[in-house]
Amino acid sequence: MNQSEKNTSSFLRIIGGLGEQTLYVLTDLGRMGFFLFFAFMGLLKSPFRFREVIRQVCFIGAGSLTVIFFTALSSGMVLGLQGYYSLHKFGAEGMLGSAVSLTLIMELGPVLTALMVSGRAGSAMCAEIGIMRISEQIDALECMAIDPFRYLISPKFLAVLISVPLLTAIFDVVGIMGGYLAGVKLMGVNGGAFFAGMQQSVTNHDIILGVVKSYVFALLIVWICTGRGYFVQKIRGTGFGAESVSKVTTQAVVMSSISVLIFDYLLTAVLL
Amino acid sequence: MTLNNTTSLEPAIRFIDVCKSFGEKISQNIVLDRVSFSVPKGQTTVIAGGSGQGKSVILKLILGLLRPDSGQVLVGEKNIASMGYKALQEVRLLFGVLFQGSALFDSLTVFENIALPLRERTKFSAKEIQVRVAATLEQLDLTGHETKFPAQLSGGMKKRVGLARALQLEPEIVLFDEPTTGLDPVMSKEIYELFVTTQQRIGYTAVIVSHDIPDIFTLADQIILLNKGELDVFTDTAQIPHSSKPSIREFARMVMGQQAA
Repeated sequence: MNQSEKNTSSFLRIIGGLGEQTLYVLTDLGRMGFFLFFAFMGLLKSPFRFREVIRQVCFIGAGSLTVIFFTALSSGMVLGLQGYYSLHKFGAEGMLGSAVSLTLIMELGPVLTALMVSGRAGSAMCAEIGIMRISEQIDALECMAIDPFRYLISPKFLAVLISVPLLTAIFDVVGIMGGYLAGVKLMGVNGGAFFAGMQQSVTNHDIILGVVKSYVFALLIVWICTGRGYFVQKIRGTGFGAESVSKVTTQAVVMSSISVLIFDYLLTAVLL
Repeated sequence: MTLNNTTSLEPAIRFIDVCKSFGEKISQNIVLDRVSFSVPKGQTTVIAGGSGQGKSVILKLILGLLRPDSGQVLVGEKNIASMGYKALQEVRLLFGVLFQGSALFDSLTVFENIALPLRERTKFSAKEIQVRVAATLEQLDLTGHETKFPAQLSGGMKKRVGLARALQLEPEIVLFDEPTTGLDPVMSKEIYELFVTTQQRIGYTAVIVSHDIPDIFTLADQIILLNKGELDVFTDTAQIPHSSKPSIREFARMVMGQQAA
């Protein structure tokens, strides 16, 4: 084979590799698209698994309260201190309530709640479904003519869509209390001015933006985490058995966290 | 050993020119190459072959968990290879499956595992389910273990719970994927006895995938041997060494040794 043929052959290999990778990504996206569709269809099928939804809300929602409480309190207090430090330079300490509440409601509340839920519950959901897949439990459901989406996936979707907005609301309230503690009780900002500023500056639009974000983030987390677990055997480069579940779980948390951050920017840019 | 004559019986399952391969390119790993066979109704068909020869693939094709690249997989008169999801769900109600690793649900107790198909697929009341599951537990010598989780059970007990679950909807066809893998000889014998008892009681068509050769042949009415993508069907173990397919003769020589020669 002469040099020119060698060059052509390597070029074709590169193009072939790129084509193969593109096809893999498109197949994966298509698979995930169908997964999302079937997950929502599963909610419409009977019998509806009400008790399982409640159980999942307890795990994803109530079980995340501690981590959400401490993250919110810490973020709110840091915001209170940082805000005070910055605003004090301009003699605008009275704006602290406004700054803390707007930052929490529109930005930090939805984002940090989503990241916490992704790390805590998203990883657990992905690992649970991945293990069920590799130990043939999902195959067993299909063999018993039980729709795995209705039985397993859809209750998790609904539970996350219920829990994350509620956790975000709790995050916002605890965060504002943290800001109040740091700004008013520690740094001496006027309490009336803190709440008055908050009342004047926070509009319905700001709250709606926070709520929309929390629903979108909830969907991203549950979709990516359950979907990766469900397709654990179809994902390239993750090995087999327990190793594949561990790698896919890590991948799911990273993917869902990055998606949350990307969509946070997009939603802010579109809705602000 | 002469097995029962199965040729005249109505087929419960038929494979017609089925091809199945895996891998990126179609020619890469051909597991089944234009294979055809029938599983007679009410009889026991044993599918044997080496590892990676496509035994479990056949089970997954029967269940519609995999689709063939070409050919037909008929359950009764229905081709499940071209069936939609809903129709497939209906056909799957005919089946009970005992998985290789039992595939019990880790988060459910023994009782809940066995009751699951009844709760999800029937309209029985909680009381009726309780009675049915209790009866099954007694038949399979599992009474007293209802509240245990799969992780607390031995391998043999897991298989029994898996079988109990597979038989709850009184299926017409029961598929066994390596039912004695990982079990000691005593446990294996116990599972075989349980198989014979339950088949006599319910009268299901059985398809057993196993590499437990030649012991598993004692249960068979029909034997299907698989090797290197080729397949041959026997109704008498004495026919095995005289198969027309060289790869099957080679397999028989390897696993049956002197017996085959």
